[in-house]
Amino acid sequence: MKLRIEHGRIIDPVNNIDRVGSVYIEDGKIVSVVDEPLNFKADTVINAENQIVCPGFIDLSTRLRDMGHSRKATFKSEVIAAAAAGVTAMCLQPDTVPVSDTPAVVELIKELAEKSDYPQIYAIGALTQKLEGMELSSMLSLKQAGCIAVGNANQPVRNLLILRRAMEYAASHDLLLMFRPNDFDLGNNGCAHEGAVATRYGLPSIPEAAETIALAQCLELVELTGCRVHFGQLSCKRSVIKIHQAKKYGLKVSADVAIHQLHLTENDMKPFDSAYHVLPPLRTEQDMQYLRYGLAGGTLNSICSDHQPHDLDAKLGAFPETEPGMSSLETLLPLMLNLVTKHAITLEQGIASLSANPARVLRLDSGALTPGFSADVCIFDPELEWQINSENWKSQGVNTPFWGQTLKGRVTHTLQAGKIIHRL
Amino acid sequence: MTDNLQLNAEGKLKHFLTIDGLSKNLLTEILDTAESFAGMSEQQVKKVPLLRGKTIVNLFFENSTRTRTTFELAATRLSADVINMNIATSATSKGESLLDTIRNLEAMFVDMFVVRHALSGAAHFIAQQTAPHISVINAGDGQHAHPTQAMLDMFTIRQLKPDFSSLRVAIIGDILHSRVARSEIQALNTLGAAEVRVIAPKTLLPAHVESLGVTVSHNLTEGLKDIDVVMMLRLQKERMSSALLPSESEYFKCFGLTEEKLRIAKSDAIVMHPGPINRGVEIDSKVADGPQSVILKQVSNGIAVRMAIMAMAMQTPPATGRSSGIHTIPGNRHSDSLPASDIHTIPGDRHAGSLPAGDIHTIPGDKAGAA
Repeated sequence: MKLRIEHGRIIDPVNNIDRVGSVYIEDGKIVSVVDEPLNFKADTVINAENQIVCPGFIDLSTRLRDMGHSRKATFKSEVIAAAAAGVTAMCLQPDTVPVSDTPAVVELIKELAEKSDYPQIYAIGALTQKLEGMELSSMLSLKQAGCIAVGNANQPVRNLLILRRAMEYAASHDLLLMFRPNDFDLGNNGCAHEGAVATRYGLPSIPEAAETIALAQCLELVELTGCRVHFGQLSCKRSVIKIHQAKKYGLKVSADVAIHQLHLTENDMKPFDSAYHVLPPLRTEQDMQYLRYGLAGGTLNSICSDHQPHDLDAKLGAFPETEPGMSSLETLLPLMLNLVTKHAITLEQGIASLSANPARVLRLDSGALTPGFSADVCIFDPELEWQINSENWKSQGVNTPFWGQTLKGRVTHTLQAGKIIHRL
Repeated sequence: MTDNLQLNAEGKLKHFLTIDGLSKNLLTEILDTAESFAGMSEQQVKKVPLLRGKTIVNLFFENSTRTRTTFELAATRLSADVINMNIATSATSKGESLLDTIRNLEAMFVDMFVVRHALSGAAHFIAQQTAPHISVINAGDGQHAHPTQAMLDMFTIRQLKPDFSSLRVAIIGDILHSRVARSEIQALNTLGAAEVRVIAPKTLLPAHVESLGVTVSHNLTEGLKDIDVVMMLRLQKERMSSALLPSESEYFKCFGLTEEKLRIAKSDAIVMHPGPINRGVEIDSKVADGPQSVILKQVSNGIAVRMAIMAMAMQTPPATGRSSGIHTIPGNRHSDSLPASDIHTIPGDRHAGSLPAGDIHTIPGDKAGAA
């Protein structure tokens, strides 16, 4: 099976390619970029004229629901959304139902992924049993079952001694810890950023310190334990500064930001509109600017979708009682391109933060169009405008504040291991 | 950001959810309308037929005695049928969702919900979800708003100190958790008060409290200087267990209103409290029962103000053009207490006639078409 993608503008940050040409794929692998291999006779040709051809996107934080939450979404519904978003690999947070804290659940996830014809779903194993933050999970068994990393999702590990032990144990097995810093007690069951908007609407609020203190503690433990840590879904200026300082100091850490944190602030929240209920909460204009600077300067190396599809009921209620999270796979590309339009980042940075950089975090041989790599490719039309409506939207979760809006930039083809899994 | 949700296409009150986003004219209209009802309570027949045939559901997801009672009285005096539902011990404890509760009541052809709920935004949510002919009145949602309390307090203040622009008002106590405080601050600022000052320890103040349009003091003795209106807030007992305060006695020492401290405020200052009061915690009995206290006046005024708000919200014509009912009350308000300029702020179809208050029960007022 041979496939050629021709006439597209190929952008591959790892291999320093930005030029118009062809990508050659054979037996699910990249065989050549630009230079035509000898005697290459394509069975399929994709014309990518006026489009951009880049490595498929790797999402560091998603929830696909299913199993105990199949009313919200299923692997089958969400892999279609992922493919339509140009996402070719996803990390699944461990707060599945049941929790991904045993090899059996990880096997089940793999099975569901295979059945959905989307094999590249990587489970993040639970750091602690049932995510309760009390006892260590069987991390080695989880790794052997296929977990790409460990983490505690949104759940706290309140006892720092337990966190220290967990990090030491993870480090012993060279496991990556994917950590969303959040001090549970300081969060005080809040649902909005502690600022003028929460004050005006009387919403229980979460200060930045809930994030930065947990981040600072974990950074200290990185030094103590030598654990590899990737910090996920950072939301504020002071977190960016802390990561910057830690890197400068020499700690081997990395960090990402959820796409909506780069676009929305507390001021965008319509009164009590649960579509804006996310954790960590939308913060200030200044925080958003610093997250953008952090991305542009490399302090934050990746953008994740933090995709959290919900059923309608989950978002129907008084704001504090609604479930947090946005369905955000399909807005990933247009919102990233919007950052490029605003000159917050370059197109190459945007693509790297969705492909090469997450691949590096996960130590995957992907995220680039390097010959020999699996042919995970995203082709998109950066100028194509489309409206977010029930006709175009694939995710079962319609919980996006961008509903009804027209965004620019749309994926036309997605290839996973050389197989076309999405075609517009 | 205005809450247009509260107003219909003609800019008239449809729901009453928050003071936030309402105009000075509208707040003044509520106060003026309330004035027309205020004399009624002393009459032999305490009813007007304005809401005859209407069904009002008091939907209380949180316990309340005073607020529910005054709403019930207000509705009864407008001749509406009233159903009290104490959901705190009813449907939702059986696992029914807020929306299902609303849908079920809608199916019983009600015309208005008066809602109290422990979560901020609950009244907004109900107003967004409910059938278009139903009006929603917020009787307190979480830490967000308690707009009828604010309006009855504005009414009480205006009776005693008619010129808001010269007033300095201190709100003392648990601002952080207080929906009353948020609504009072918004109402006072909308009506043009000279200063709204909040006095509390930092633990009881929300972040960026200045953004609400207030000045801040952490010291009651300093904070009471030049104050015309002292508004005390109730201190919930659970504030101690959540480490916001060390003890009731220390709170009383720092922020409790005593006769001695009250002397720091202006000599003619009035003392208010939304109730129920904790004697010896936030306020000394001598002050609560003293000559400057208007606490019971607030309670009485609650009925007239709630009647005004209910009448205004119910008789708001929908987009299809139902005739407004409010102008059919021949104005029994005391026209002499109203600055002449305010007449112009009232939508033009209102008759500014001035019958004596005692005549109100003889007036057929129920001109509003069916919903």
